[in-house]
Amino acid sequence: MADVLVETPSRPKIQIVPVRGLPIVAVVLAGLVATIASNKLWPLEFYHVVGGGIWTALDLFLGLVIGPILAKMSLQARAEFSARFMPKMLLIMPTLVTMTLASGWQLARLVGNLEVGYPKHWWLTASFIVVGVMTVIAIGLLEPANIAVLFEMRKPEPNGEVIAKLMRRFVYTAGVTGVMQIATLVIMTRLSSW
Amino acid sequence: MVTGTVNGTARKLPPIAEIAVAALALIVVGGITLASRLPHPAPLPVLIALLAAAAGLVLADVVLLARLRDFAWPLFFTVAKWTLLAYAVMYGILEFTFIYDHVTGSTLAVLTLMLTVFSVDVPLLFGFSVAKYADTRPAGG
Repeated sequence: MADVLVETPSRPKIQIVPVRGLPIVAVVLAGLVATIASNKLWPLEFYHVVGGGIWTALDLFLGLVIGPILAKMSLQARAEFSARFMPKMLLIMPTLVTMTLASGWQLARLVGNLEVGYPKHWWLTASFIVVGVMTVIAIGLLEPANIAVLFEMRKPEPNGEVIAKLMRRFVYTAGVTGVMQIATLVIMTRLSSW
Repeated sequence: MVTGTVNGTARKLPPIAEIAVAALALIVVGGITLASRLPHPAPLPVLIALLAAAAGLVLADVVLLARLRDFAWPLFFTVAKWTLLAYAVMYGILEFTFIYDHVTGSTLAVLTLMLTVFSVDVPLLFGFSVAKYADTRPAGG
């Protein structure tokens, strides 16, 4: 099979987990535990709305804006972008997801949303299903691909086919994630107006 | 430079990642089933069936992995170990929330077991996803 060789002027040094970001994650998660333990409306709403807002906006922005741009870039450009971008996402996304879901659950308990009977309860069940689908996509498909791409790019001679194959997952799942995030916006605005 | 040569990736491996994702999906379905019934008691037989099926799939994955030859085990364990550490923080926060909310008895037991299966499944999936692309040929081979 013919090689696809792309010259690299300077390859970025790839750090799988940006260690400098870990203290920030630790502070956010410690705040989350304190928020849940306090069981007060404002901190719970703050964590849930801020976390969920950034999560949804990031997903839609990546899927609808960055994704199509990346798809048109050369493999080398995509690889360089990913080398700088993906390690940051490795910290940002799990932190946002944890703060949104844990505070959201506690918030739903506090304001009594979980006590509501069916058929109104379907709105909550729909939100659980949406989160479930996004969890399977994120943890089952995207995160392993993300880490595998980073390890591939650390090799002396990264395999372009492997990187391209793994990055196709981001393109395939962008549509589903976009639909799920729009569904989240509809469900959450509906729940908050009960 | 980035090359397009297939280097060890054409190797046929068992569907370990696919099985791990199926186990993950079963755990997620279990979580949705439990949450959708609140504040009423959880349908334990359904949850236990989902948990058992997920645990069976993870066990099958462990067996399939153990039978692999010429696999990048050091890389697999490095990724799996750090994934376990990272996700243990998340599981810890979830478990804390359940206990804080006075979830007790069989429901807490099932939830804890689900998190345990999850904590084996996810590091296994991440470790395998990275290690399968590693070149295990001896240097110069």
